Amino acid sequence: MSGSLNTGVAVAGREGMADRPPGIRVHDFLEVDTGLSPGEAIAEAERCLQCKKPSCVKGCPVEIDIPAFIARIAEGDFAGAARVIKENNLLPAICGRVCPQEIQCEGQCILGGKESPVRIGALERFVADYERKEGISLPKKAEPTGKRVAVVGSGPAGLTAAAELARCGHTVLLYESLHEPGGVLMYGIPEFRLPKEVVLAEIDQLKSLGVRILKNHLVGTSVSVSELLSFDAVFLGTGAGLPYFMGIPGENLNGVYSANEFLTRVNLMHADRFPDFDTPVRRAGRVVVVGGGNVAMDAARVARRLGARVTLVYRRRREDLPARVAEVARAEEEGVDFVFCANPVRILGDQCVTGVECERMEMCGLDPSGRPEPVPMKDSRFVIDADMCIQAIGQGPNPLLVRMLPGIECGRKGNVIVDAEGRTSIPKVFAAGDVATGAATVILAMGGAKRAARAMDRMLRER
Amino acid sequence: MTLHFSRQGEDEIVGYRVTGARQLAERMHQIWIEAPHVARNARAGQFLVIRIDEKGERIPLTISAVEGDRVRVIFMAVGKTTYQLATLSPGDEIRDVAGPLGRPSEIGFFGHCIIVGGGAGIACCPIIARAARAAGNRVTGIIGARNAGFLILEDEMREACDELHVATDDGSKGHHGFAADVLRQVIAEKRPDRVWIIGPAIMMKVTSEVTRPFGIPTLVSLNPIMVDGTGMCGSCRVVVGGQTRFACVDGPEFDAHQVDFDTLMARQRTYIEEEKLALERFSEHRCRCGGEGGHG
Repeated sequence: MSGSLNTGVAVAGREGMADRPPGIRVHDFLEVDTGLSPGEAIAEAERCLQCKKPSCVKGCPVEIDIPAFIARIAEGDFAGAARVIKENNLLPAICGRVCPQEIQCEGQCILGGKESPVRIGALERFVADYERKEGISLPKKAEPTGKRVAVVGSGPAGLTAAAELARCGHTVLLYESLHEPGGVLMYGIPEFRLPKEVVLAEIDQLKSLGVRILKNHLVGTSVSVSELLSFDAVFLGTGAGLPYFMGIPGENLNGVYSANEFLTRVNLMHADRFPDFDTPVRRAGRVVVVGGGNVAMDAARVARRLGARVTLVYRRRREDLPARVAEVARAEEEGVDFVFCANPVRILGDQCVTGVECERMEMCGLDPSGRPEPVPMKDSRFVIDADMCIQAIGQGPNPLLVRMLPGIECGRKGNVIVDAEGRTSIPKVFAAGDVATGAATVILAMGGAKRAARAMDRMLRER
Repeated sequence: MTLHFSRQGEDEIVGYRVTGARQLAERMHQIWIEAPHVARNARAGQFLVIRIDEKGERIPLTISAVEGDRVRVIFMAVGKTTYQLATLSPGDEIRDVAGPLGRPSEIGFFGHCIIVGGGAGIACCPIIARAARAAGNRVTGIIGARNAGFLILEDEMREACDELHVATDDGSKGHHGFAADVLRQVIAEKRPDRVWIIGPAIMMKVTSEVTRPFGIPTLVSLNPIMVDGTGMCGSCRVVVGGQTRFACVDGPEFDAHQVDFDTLMARQRTYIEEEKLALERFSEHRCRCGGEGGHG
């Protein structure tokens, strides 16, 4: 993604959004984007040129037949539109909200060159929300095959794989270590961006497909590895939930959180409603969030909603922020201050955080990933007063189960090595999502999981 | 209040049944929970995470015994959640039980092992003692508490160990003084090959100083604040040998002589104000309701 907030990219990501006013939404956790009305959806759908060779579909990791579903909307056939989407994606209410459409389908839309691209994401969400209200129709399910499949982890990858495999007629057990299924959709992405009732409604579809969800089960201990390998096939969707810390002095002071911990306390455990709910979270006056991705934006915006002044510190420039442009803009609207080209070197305090000492960075050349390499500037240190510091600098693949699997091949960062169809080095064990790719997006996890599930289905049928 | 995302047609498992509940000593309680997925695979030194109800917090508790599909946890009522847990009776349900979590104790043949338990930390001593003894070790137990009224599992430890010493701070039972004093005496007679020390952080800090000068391999089981218990949040990070480790997945047992206990104790106090508030609120509520429940 390139271009600053003032360029066309930013506008394209923001145009016509039905966001609730920042001054109001910053005091609650209700959804920010209120979505399209039926009339707006039809009007937007009518903008679609119905290209013969639609490039938007190429931009979609799960290859939804975008022109076809948009045509149904234009005709007012919303249920028909839902059926088209669900041939390729069982979780449209989630994808319509959290996919980075601006670099996927909408980024490819031919209209993007002249005016603004068709708002495919908003339309997908509209259709999914319509269907949820009207009653969800389940996709067809193949005859039972009698094959048993274990899906480990119920985040985006696991949900997708479980749905695909259940549709193919296999018996699917979905294991989740937490007390709610959904993975990062439940513990990571805040309510105001992805309401939990939306996630749970999509998970309910899986149950209707016959997927059995076993919560509180940590595979590797609650379920032994030999028990796991006794299934006809195994899908690993354990995600990237291992939080990285910067490794700077002061990191173990009270008031220093990983974004994972902070978000889990609020999103999953409802610490924002303490003491009505039992889980507490620190109520800070000034919060420093470190990082520039979507997780950093989420943490900053949650902290704002808990009443804090929030400063987000990012080591590169504004235009280098990996977060979605729309989410950056919303964070700014909600009063998050941004400090660019700066990086914490020390967290100050005795037992509790009192400040974050940073140094200025300048961009020198490109790093191996092709992004500008931030280099500290001499004598440039400054302190931001804060009583809380949230580190949102990334997560690694969950190592817990992977390190128990004998002979599984892993990359340098602990990610499971897979081929294009999700095969690991262990026969009949497949993997997709963040555990294979490292931390990425919801939709990429879904795309990978779908390819893996298809390959698993072929393998199960050949045997 | 109902959760806005609660659903009908829940999963097969809606709760885990309490099959036994008993008060063991002053503020010390034990409950048995039917949790086959935990019981089937639990090993000495591991813990589980419970969430009592929909509004509950997730708290880690050491697995102190296993019988068939049931696991036992023993805890001291100190905060809202543990007080609430102490009100449960057989037949009640705990909404969530996850586990077993953490690395099991490393059990092998070492020769002579000493297991030192303090307060609620005694809870996980018998299971380790039995495992160590089954591996061929001679096992000496040392258990200590504030006074006789707080002491738990004396009989069980006597049975699990070849030899058992008891200490109380006030001398109301056994040796008058700390478990650390008894450990010093036992070591003076014959140097052990391995020592476990499990109890409150301050007790582990002080007691592990006894074995340090002799270079005796010593393990402590750390009890920092946790959320998920599976390595996802980093709330339980502890400093061991200058490195940040996650107690939930890298531990809970660590080399006692490498642990930064001061950081552990400081981090344990993170939510002290909130804990006080939650407990006050719970006590008031229970008074208003006539304080039903409670047994022992």
